[in-house]
Amino acid sequence: MLIKKNKTHAALIALLALGTAAACPRVASAETVLRIGMTAADIPRTLGQPDQGFEGNRFTGLTMYDGLTGWDLSSADKASVVIPGLATEWKVDDADKTKWVFKLRPGVTFHDGSPFNADAVVWNVEKVLKQDAPQFDASQVGVTASRMPTLASAKKIDDMTVELTTKEPDSFLPINLTNLFMASPAKWQAFYDKAEGADAKAKSQAAWTAFARDASGTGPWKMASFTPRERLELVKNANYWDKARVPKVDKMVLLPMPEANARTAALLSGQVDWVEAPAPDALPELKQRGFKLYANEQPHVWPWQFSRVEGSPWNDIRVRKAANLCVDREGLKDGLLAGLMVPATGTFEPGHPWRGKPSFEIKYDKAAAQKLMQEAGFGPNKKLTVKTQTSASGSGQMQPLPMNEYLQQALAECYFDVQLDVIEWNTLFTNWRRGAKDPSANGANATNVTYAAMDPFFALVRFLQSGMAPPVSNNWGFINNPKFDDLVKKARQTFDPAARDAALAELHAASVDDAAFLYVAHDVGPRAMSPKVTGVVQPKSWFIDFSPVSMKQ
Amino acid sequence: MLTYIARRIVYVVPIVISVALVCFLLVHITPGDPLVAVLPADASQELAAQLRAAYGFDRPLPVQFGLWLLRALHGDLGNSIATGRPVLAEVMRAVGNTVTLAIAAAIIGFTMGILFGLIAGYFRETWIDKVATSFAIAGVSVPHYWLGMLLVIIFSVQLNWLPAVGAGPSGSNSWTWDWAHLKYLVLPAITTSVIPMGIVTRTVRALTGDILSQDFVEALRAKGLRETGVFRHVIKNAAPTALAVMGLQLGYMLGGSILIETVFSWPGSGFLLNSAIFQRDLPLLQGTILILALFFVFLNLLVDIAQAAIDPRIKRG
Repeated sequence: MLIKKNKTHAALIALLALGTAAACPRVASAETVLRIGMTAADIPRTLGQPDQGFEGNRFTGLTMYDGLTGWDLSSADKASVVIPGLATEWKVDDADKTKWVFKLRPGVTFHDGSPFNADAVVWNVEKVLKQDAPQFDASQVGVTASRMPTLASAKKIDDMTVELTTKEPDSFLPINLTNLFMASPAKWQAFYDKAEGADAKAKSQAAWTAFARDASGTGPWKMASFTPRERLELVKNANYWDKARVPKVDKMVLLPMPEANARTAALLSGQVDWVEAPAPDALPELKQRGFKLYANEQPHVWPWQFSRVEGSPWNDIRVRKAANLCVDREGLKDGLLAGLMVPATGTFEPGHPWRGKPSFEIKYDKAAAQKLMQEAGFGPNKKLTVKTQTSASGSGQMQPLPMNEYLQQALAECYFDVQLDVIEWNTLFTNWRRGAKDPSANGANATNVTYAAMDPFFALVRFLQSGMAPPVSNNWGFINNPKFDDLVKKARQTFDPAARDAALAELHAASVDDAAFLYVAHDVGPRAMSPKVTGVVQPKSWFIDFSPVSMKQ
Repeated sequence: MLTYIARRIVYVVPIVISVALVCFLLVHITPGDPLVAVLPADASQELAAQLRAAYGFDRPLPVQFGLWLLRALHGDLGNSIATGRPVLAEVMRAVGNTVTLAIAAAIIGFTMGILFGLIAGYFRETWIDKVATSFAIAGVSVPHYWLGMLLVIIFSVQLNWLPAVGAGPSGSNSWTWDWAHLKYLVLPAITTSVIPMGIVTRTVRALTGDILSQDFVEALRAKGLRETGVFRHVIKNAAPTALAVMGLQLGYMLGGSILIETVFSWPGSGFLLNSAIFQRDLPLLQGTILILALFFVFLNLLVDIAQAAIDPRIKRG
């Protein structure tokens, strides 16, 4: 009986050992999957030029695609700067500053195996700029053209060299090119050849629709499966040209979850491993339950943009400076926003190459602010009425209503009587392009539209250059300062990167010294994730590199 | 009966045209830029004007409406501005998900509603009636999104029994009626079922009470008919009105709930509408509203016909 029992035990142990041995290799080679809850309501467009702002670039641009230039996202401490991408080097023509030569990275292939070369660059430039090109797609123009406003054309010099031409000398071009993602012409052509349509335009549209479902770029991630509005599954591109950035996890699943509480619940229940912008009031619970929180200053500004049209109260620099000195930004950060902001002292903060050395220090100094207001003729019995347009929500607007009410209270102590004109986000956005003189401004002399500060045009030029006043671009308040115009010109026409950075720093310092905006906050791109997620570097950028991210088993 | 059906169908035509006109105008008269989805923040007026012309938004409204209606009649609702995908395919996929949710919610809501309603109607003014009525009042009063979040906190976050969001497991591209998918349906379906449950309970309770107090029921009982037979008569008399109420409720559910679908990230028509509004995707918004309105109109038509089939007095009226 004892022997029989022992035999049974031995058999069981042998079975267990076999089972363990069989299971071990499976565990060792188990697929690692990173599941991310995005704030977007839909998967951003996958055909190369994403929609949904920079969240689109973050998830379906920089993952599956590369540009000629890219962003250095490897540091959490230093400002993200432009680095070589699919171009290894570039140079402006000494004789004609509108012509640039880009040397392309050899040995790069698209996910479909076709080669990346000069023809591919020309094809991708023409997809958004050349209206009679077969691959021209109007739906990609809007999200591309104005991010590289001076690019005019592309020409192949040889297989690995391409010449780009701008409408005017523009040293910002390499930075702007981070927004042009290289899609595979071969893959698109295959779809085009198979497409049905009444004419070439219809076939082209059908080809782009098919391409979006089965995309092909050169990026570190490849499209595995795509269910519109539900999920996008990406797998690692083991053959990625930058071996240091071959993804560590096998698969990344992107899930649209526009509601903050739903995202947070999905994280807490273990349904996803990573969420963007968790619900702020859930942060203590997330921390308490061991989830990791990441945040860092983003190139983003939450401002009031002043009207400078005739009769605007903001035409007096003492008033502009007083407003900037009257806001306790630390109080806003620690109180209302639970730490999820960085106080703004300009468009760029110290440490950024374009910060410069402004002499006007933006800080909380109520006494100085009150003094400036009294010098300007205002006081407790004579308040200055200012009206600001804002929205109740919107992309990048953070928490616009409570934040504006905070400003309203703060500025009241410096003799401002702030009136808020709250309108729907898209309407505010439209009004932004129309300018302070337009009836749609509704008499407001400031507007509260947040802005991205990734490149010089986005961050400075479109607001400060007099030629960018409506209807051309976003100089909403019609700033007309010859010094700004000269500095813009200088920065645009300085082609040595270090000297260009210095010129931009000069322009930024001038704008702070002029208190061009009421600078309030920078967003910090908060994200929360499971303790299983490791290797995350949250850079000072809108973007993040998913390649170094690992998942603990 | 055929004449009645034909007359009802003829009535539907002007309703459909009016619905099309209203949903076309609604999205055009609201302020804001229809190209927000594809225009970045710094887009110049020049670029905006160029794209407006490319999408046909610069043409007079009657022309836009005429072209849109003509294409719609051919089954072409245009392409989404935001995604470039055909609107009809987008809407039908979302409607499919909403129908799945509505069916599950209807099964739960109508079953519970009829059950509670009958019990409350048979036991009027007793504690049983009070409990059932309390459920009904809670059902129509409780805010959906709050209940949804509460269920998520309890069953997903705390107990970890059911998924908090989504409509299926990773790697699944279509709905199947297995547990792997059904578990995603449980919480949104319960949340969606609460209002119809409350309304059906109240309706059935009132009808049952009313019918039971009528003379013919007394006559049936006096003739010696068993309670099961009386019950059949109660059901038959209550059915047309209850059916109409349930039809309307089903119509509402097929329209999708923006709040519930957003809370659960359920990719149905409510979620789609939310995206379309958020992105100001006019073709998608118009197409979604039109399809949902048509669903509602045709569902009402079917309910009317069903009512007439059950109760011949209706078609005479």
